[in-house]
Amino acid sequence: MTDIIARPLAGTRPFRLQGALKEAGLAAFVMFALSLALIAVRVEDVPGGLAIRWRPFDVIAAVVLVFLGRLGLAFLRNNRPAPVALASGLFSAVMALLLIVFVSGGGGVSWAQSLLPFSGFVVNVLVLIISLVLTLRAGLMWRRGERADAGTGVGDTMDRLAASVQGVAVYVIPVLLVAAIIFPFLPFADRRILDIAILVVTYVMLGWGLNIVVGLAGLLDLGYVAFYAVGAYAYALLATEMGIGFWLCLPFAGAMAALAGVLLGFPVLRLRGDYLAIVTLGFGEMIRIILLNWYEVTNGPDGISGIPRPTFFGLPFVRSPPEGVESFHSFFGLTYAPVDRIIFLYYVILAMALITNQFTLRIRKLPVGRAWEALREDETASRSLGINPRNTKLTAFGIGAMFGGFAGSFFATRQGFISPESFTFIESAVILAIVVLGGMGSQIGVVLAAVLLIGLPEMFRELQEFRMLAFGAAMVLIMIWRPRGLLAHREPTIRLFEKGAGKR
Amino acid sequence: MTAADILESARPLLDVEHLTMRFGGLVAIDDVSFAAAPKDITAIIGPNGAGKTTVFNCLTGFYRPSVGRLTLRRNGQEHLLERMEGHDIAQAGVARTFQNIRLFSQMSALENLIVAQHNKLMRASGYTAFGLMGMQAYSEVEAQAVELARYWLERIELVDRADDDAGNLAYGQQRRLEIARAMCTEPALLCLDEPAAGLNPRESVELEELLLFIREQHGVGILLIEHDMSVVMEISDHIVVLDYGQKIAEGTPQEIRDDPAVIRAYLGEEGSAGAERGGGA
Repeated sequence: MTDIIARPLAGTRPFRLQGALKEAGLAAFVMFALSLALIAVRVEDVPGGLAIRWRPFDVIAAVVLVFLGRLGLAFLRNNRPAPVALASGLFSAVMALLLIVFVSGGGGVSWAQSLLPFSGFVVNVLVLIISLVLTLRAGLMWRRGERADAGTGVGDTMDRLAASVQGVAVYVIPVLLVAAIIFPFLPFADRRILDIAILVVTYVMLGWGLNIVVGLAGLLDLGYVAFYAVGAYAYALLATEMGIGFWLCLPFAGAMAALAGVLLGFPVLRLRGDYLAIVTLGFGEMIRIILLNWYEVTNGPDGISGIPRPTFFGLPFVRSPPEGVESFHSFFGLTYAPVDRIIFLYYVILAMALITNQFTLRIRKLPVGRAWEALREDETASRSLGINPRNTKLTAFGIGAMFGGFAGSFFATRQGFISPESFTFIESAVILAIVVLGGMGSQIGVVLAAVLLIGLPEMFRELQEFRMLAFGAAMVLIMIWRPRGLLAHREPTIRLFEKGAGKR
Repeated sequence: MTAADILESARPLLDVEHLTMRFGGLVAIDDVSFAAAPKDITAIIGPNGAGKTTVFNCLTGFYRPSVGRLTLRRNGQEHLLERMEGHDIAQAGVARTFQNIRLFSQMSALENLIVAQHNKLMRASGYTAFGLMGMQAYSEVEAQAVELARYWLERIELVDRADDDAGNLAYGQQRRLEIARAMCTEPALLCLDEPAAGLNPRESVELEELLLFIREQHGVGILLIEHDMSVVMEISDHIVVLDYGQKIAEGTPQEIRDDPAVIRAYLGEEGSAGAERGGGA
């Protein structure tokens, strides 16, 4: 009966199968043109040289699937969910069955492989996910007789989701925190997983640091990696030239990065928006080129190697410590395990990231934090209220840079070797992407985005060269559905009434 | 009262002397002088493009005047506004609102009023250091700031919307909130750029009451740009009329109403003076 309610709307715009077919055909053609270059031909390393492998079936599968998917969307847009729900549901079921057979091993693997549309396992999983999403949407529409108006429903749902995530944050955050703390001792956390986790947490910290500049103060900084580099080189040079330890160097490296931030900020912060972005981009490159060419100090493109590892209150993580020094495992009476050092590094970066987070949360509720947000909202009005825009922006820039510097010294001590190659523009872009995708100013959003952008690509190494393509596609999708970021929801820094009370 | 106090109260709050503002070849304000007495509502009126907002922008440091001196007197101190930066002028005691409302729309109404007390709170938080350590002294000052904000929210009848985003308030509410925000800076002079624009008659009356309250209870001088002549004639103590960047008249509402130069500026050269009195804009 619900269909009857929806019919009049559908009746005003008659469904033209011809138009839908044309649209789907066009999409399929685009897919065909793209896949000719990307999928059809593959150069492979074979013994004795390179060989070309043709993959015509993958192309056909891609084109057919795009055609059907687009046709399904056209049906949905014209309020005909039933056939879409049935067809995509059937398809999903078959796909899921085939994938299960494939994964479970045994005799069915070869025929499952021959029936699956693509040769790559991950691609098949992605197809299944897309098909499930389509089924779900069509199914929901069918049941409610609801019209799908270009994505607005999705946006609303996500907004409510973001708000409710903020609401249950009280419960979720301790759980996440405990998970992060016991993570190294979980059974699946081997050395590779731990390395990925350290990388992710490093980026979470960088994201939180940049969030102060971009999310709170609204200053688009495309050269954040410069401060990361300053911190890394400050530690590397102090440690290798003067033999100062990691913990002593850490504040100094942060101060150096903050100084670099203030020095850069002083002349450029009168610029706004795009102009500021371009200048900071230039500054990021300048630092990298200085590091590359100032051979006497930075050792140029050869980089600095032999950077000392951090110690646990003076106890090094080595199997056989030098004369007169006790090592970590012998002090605590443990057997030596190389993974100890990795676990220790994980906790160091986790602690540093959490300090960054706490600092940001606190400073947001202080006058300077509110002034940052006010400047982001309206600089003219802020000035008319007696806020000094230049100084206020400088503090944001300096503090953001300081945390970049901290993360940089950690990077240097973890790698043991740094060179200018680690500090290219793409790093800045990734950190900025984490902040923007996570939702400007959202702390938990940054974690989510860092896991998505850093963790998943590391996991999905199987996709190989398409990794970056998938990365780009994910960015485009998120920008369409969540232009303000995955979890963009702002809580006031101060309330007159308890939440939920005081309203009529 | 000492002799100095008497002298102080007799002198104007704001002196504008020979203010001239040129943009390249264009003379936006040409040798305008006037004064605003303490606790007076001084209106600046004139046809569109007369240079009213430019006067405001010079006063609040958005433009640097080509010629002229702007003196603000507060607590026996003289501030030469034409030499100061915008944020210093605000700290010296000049607050303003904007023709097109400029609230921090993604921040709550309460936050808007707290941000306005920035400098006071910055000092109390030891320029952030004490605040980060969570010192008692800072929390007390912050509580006072919230109290001041609540006082103004009650005054503009927005207490129950305190925690809502300023951008989600209705237009008239946003106008009132912007005035409250300016008042939270605890100014000596409040500059309002067309506060009644877009308000319905009932809201206009409420606005008049609010302005009179500010003047009576807080002793703040008000400088007002307004096109709504009923508001201007109702509450102004003193009116300055600008046309093409020049001051063409100055006086009490009654004097301005009958001034032939003003009528000419509003109604054209041969305007029928009797019929349209006072309703010109």
